[in-house]
Amino acid sequence: MEKFGTLPIKTGLAEMLKGGVIMDVTSPEQAKIAEEAGAVSVMALERVPADIRAQGGVARMTDPEIIERIISNVSIPVMAKVRIGHFVEAQILEAMGIDYIDESEVLTPADEHYHIDKWKFKVPFVCGATNLGEALRRLGEGAAMLRTKGEAGTGNVIEAVRHMRTINDEISRLASLPEEELMTAAKELGAPYELVRLVARDKKLPVVNFSAGGIATPADAALMMQLGADGVFVGSGIFKSQNPAKRAGAIVQAVTHYNDPEILARISKSLGDAMPGLEISTLDQKDLLQSRGN
Amino acid sequence: MKIGVLALQGAFREHAALLRRCGAEPSEIRLPEELAGVDGLVVPGGESTTMWKLIVLYGFEKPLLDLAGMDIPFFGTCAGAILLAGRHNDSETEALGIIDISVSRNAYGRQIDSRETNITLSFSPQEPFNALFIRAPVIDETGPDVTVLARYRGKPVLVRQDTVLAATFHPELTEDERIHRYFLGMCTAAAISRTRAVPAPCPSFSHSVIP
Repeated sequence: MEKFGTLPIKTGLAEMLKGGVIMDVTSPEQAKIAEEAGAVSVMALERVPADIRAQGGVARMTDPEIIERIISNVSIPVMAKVRIGHFVEAQILEAMGIDYIDESEVLTPADEHYHIDKWKFKVPFVCGATNLGEALRRLGEGAAMLRTKGEAGTGNVIEAVRHMRTINDEISRLASLPEEELMTAAKELGAPYELVRLVARDKKLPVVNFSAGGIATPADAALMMQLGADGVFVGSGIFKSQNPAKRAGAIVQAVTHYNDPEILARISKSLGDAMPGLEISTLDQKDLLQSRGN
Repeated sequence: MKIGVLALQGAFREHAALLRRCGAEPSEIRLPEELAGVDGLVVPGGESTTMWKLIVLYGFEKPLLDLAGMDIPFFGTCAGAILLAGRHNDSETEALGIIDISVSRNAYGRQIDSRETNITLSFSPQEPFNALFIRAPVIDETGPDVTVLARYRGKPVLVRQDTVLAATFHPELTEDERIHRYFLGMCTAAAISRTRAVPAPCPSFSHSVIP
């Protein structure tokens, strides 16, 4: 007998994406460029985060027609974003046969208290996190893959680094605790006890964890890999740069050869201008995407 | 026994962990020169388009074909099976072509059609094998020299031709070691027949003669 949409099937697809780059695209043409550059998957969205940040307004799920055209234009898996808590956008994407749903802080949240009950879906979900408690809460809700949030649309990697280091530190701390302290640790993290015990025992997250939010160069991608990311999402960093195809191909190589500085030096040459970056401290607290839906 | 695991992208860590549990010595391969001295090579699951791009870009094509020509066993899972296959239903897919099968990519449908199910291994039929099919390819045809070791819905899902083994599912995502042990058996047999084929004395001495 066959079983569909089980946890191993959901987490298994994320395992296959490891060591790869997932690229934000807004059109079928961009999706093709991403696929040809070696992306393992594309994220279909209406506007890249840098434009959402610049233009403002409510950011929603992408027009299904564009998603459909992207799906038919590439052979790699296609992901799409839904607003935090917007389970109907998720139902629509599942009906369209999307391969992974990103319940994302980059879009305007639809619910300020609750995330989507992701166990109800056969399609797997990826969610963002800035720390271990947030990561484990999303897994408790049924996410099958994680990504550190970073600060999308800034081209500034500092928040991605902060979130990856925070999660690594919190895992190390849990792993060092005696069994009897884990319940209190779960209370402090605001995370499900069973997941806290699992992380303490295995000394790692139980699912694949990518890095996202602010990656703009091959060096940024390799930095996140060396810090322990399983792969990277690149949003505005590719199609807001001068030569998207070339930069995309270089970031793909950087994620495979992240530990080889000679290769990194070679592939980082003459890529044209990277996207213009934003200093995080110049942003208003209210404009930070990472604090949405924690 | 040193088993290379192609580590360009995908689930290479899981293959390495399972091989280690079976007593082999896995080695992650990111550059062609790292293939030297392997007794077998695993091509893992992942995205076949991404892996093929990196295979071409880093000059892996000829070294991999040479390795296969030396009868070093290959084991491809899912995307890895696509990369070993000789024929593809779409004209875009390029591959090594070292096993006489024809495959269709993503033939079960999209991710919501991905599934797990029990299959029977011909070399170990007593217990079912829990097979995970994730955006899996389908093997449509097999050549006359290909042995089918497991089927699902009548289609071959685990096949072997001489020193090449290919699965459309993911044994590396389960705890079941049987298929990896079967592959290590192929590697051992191939290593033995290679030493028999080489005339004594052992060729490695020819480089280390002290003048």
